[in-house]
Amino acid sequence: MVEFAQQVISGVAIGCVYGLVALGFVLVYKATEVVNFAQGELMMVGAFFAFTFTTLTGLSFWIGVGAAVAAMAALGALIDRIVIRPLVGQPAFAIFMATVGIGLLARSVAGMVPGWGFETHALVTPFSDRVVGLGTLTLSQEHLSIIVATVLLVALLAAFFRFSRLGVAMQATSQNQLAAAYMGIPIKRVYMLIWALSAAVAGFAGILLAPIAFVHVNMGFIGLKAFPAAVLGGFGSIPGAIAGGLIIGVVEALAGFYLPEGFKDVAAYVVLLAVLIVRPRGLFGVSTRRRV
Amino acid sequence: MKTSYAHDLRLFRHRGDVVWYGALGLILLAAPLLTDDYGLAQLSFVCIYAIAGVGLMLLSGFTGLISLGHAAFLAAGAYTTAILEQQGLDFAIALPAAALVAGLLGVMVGLPALRLSGIYLTIATLAFAFIVEEVLTRWKGLTGGNAGMLLDDASLLGLAIDSEPRFYYLALGLLVLTMLAGINILRAPLGRAMIAVRDSETAAQAMGVNLAMVKTTAFGLSAALTGIAGALYAHKLTYISPEQFTIFVSIEFLLIVIIGGLGSLHGAVFGAIFVIVLPQLVLIARELLPAAIAGLPGLEAAAFGLALILFILFEPMGLYGMWAKLRHYGRTFPVYKKATFRRTKSFLKGEGG
Repeated sequence: MVEFAQQVISGVAIGCVYGLVALGFVLVYKATEVVNFAQGELMMVGAFFAFTFTTLTGLSFWIGVGAAVAAMAALGALIDRIVIRPLVGQPAFAIFMATVGIGLLARSVAGMVPGWGFETHALVTPFSDRVVGLGTLTLSQEHLSIIVATVLLVALLAAFFRFSRLGVAMQATSQNQLAAAYMGIPIKRVYMLIWALSAAVAGFAGILLAPIAFVHVNMGFIGLKAFPAAVLGGFGSIPGAIAGGLIIGVVEALAGFYLPEGFKDVAAYVVLLAVLIVRPRGLFGVSTRRRV
Repeated sequence: MKTSYAHDLRLFRHRGDVVWYGALGLILLAAPLLTDDYGLAQLSFVCIYAIAGVGLMLLSGFTGLISLGHAAFLAAGAYTTAILEQQGLDFAIALPAAALVAGLLGVMVGLPALRLSGIYLTIATLAFAFIVEEVLTRWKGLTGGNAGMLLDDASLLGLAIDSEPRFYYLALGLLVLTMLAGINILRAPLGRAMIAVRDSETAAQAMGVNLAMVKTTAFGLSAALTGIAGALYAHKLTYISPEQFTIFVSIEFLLIVIIGGLGSLHGAVFGAIFVIVLPQLVLIARELLPAAIAGLPGLEAAAFGLALILFILFEPMGLYGMWAKLRHYGRTFPVYKKATFRRTKSFLKGEGG
């Protein structure tokens, strides 16, 4: 039982990271109907920024994290301005492939940056190598910090979308672009901010993942697990993304513990296919009818 | 202009086409005299990638279904060939078997495609490819797991394909057959139905197109062609292991289709040439660049990424689009108008809209 709880908690922790990366997908998809294949790579770049600002430059951890998230937001805005905005109005597939290109480029450029390279780096946090005892359970502070940070971030985002002017404008844009434009919402700027927000969330996820999985050029592959998470959650739903991430994380942890070797790596995809066969638009997806 | 029904059935539009394609054919046939074994090997790779490219083009370029899982079909073809030839079967049996196994897998993936749309389908193919990759790694009794499988030279109806020119002719022959099949599928009812499904599912259905049938067939055909490419690929490499069939291969195939030019069979070949030539160019560039840059790993991936972004931004019709513009420029000289090829924009209408 203790083993089980232990596995579930580490699954929830990694699931939070999947969920946050999935959240990044969903933010962009909801507003702009672009599927950003490079979300995992953005996460990787975020982790590298954090590594640079804390370990390499020796800033304090919290300042370093803030700087990394800010840098990611700037990068997201830049991607929108240079690549995505000229493509608005083109087929969704074209934009999707452009983000595939961004992903390839980001991964190889990260490998070329001096100090980053193709080696693995460790990101030291105030929570490293500490544990908390809870009854018979031993929880690592790293896992706990991921869970707490995710809850805080999601609460913050929910409040942002609910109460802030900008958040409401983003919702309006995602519901109906044309109507939002008529209401005087600057669509282009909102899109840019959504990309910034999505990249910042991805960077944040990278910072959370880094202490338990090292900083490496290929850590962006997590993005490929976040895809199933987002799809499970129905691709357009923010709570769905987090729920999808948690499902994938827990299933993966349990599969790794109870099933033979090899199942852990594909558990996410098996669950995804099973769900898609039963509910083609994910667990939380809303099916819409096409108008001719 | 077409003046009779017989004219419409002709493979080539006019005598000029016959001359040009004839010349191209002669050069390709004479290639073993014109280049060394290394060049021939590259040409063989172009043929293999072009076959897979035509396969994916039928699916993505003409039916509008995007697959991120074609590496799985390539693997299916490669492993089927390797396993059957281990049993001492001839390539003439292993090749159709490879196409069949890959095709059946394709139909299997195509079935959920009926219910899934857009991004959901793409992710489902991605998931499928990951599962196939894992099965290849774990089913050691059949595939040798991570140790991989070695292949001997193929024997085609008793003729050993044991030299570079022989393999090249085999690959070229299969590519020509694939192109002919592609051309003919596209002007048959099936091809028309595929294009109709791509342009509007609702409209196609209203015109009596059986969506389920067309989508599943497109998946099966596309996978079967990729399986044929896989059979050749296995022989070209002579060694296969699961790590040769990762998501990067699937992405590479999508690169072929996009950079070549979506919705054009020529594009599949252009794209294959591009994907083979670009790494060679990077190699040359490494020699010219200062050592600090040239020594960096990952230049190739960067070049692919950059090429992809630039093509989508500036030439969404790909290399075929460039060629079409060039030809149009020549034909209409001196009255070429840029606006002829202007892209039209469409605006968001909400999910699935």
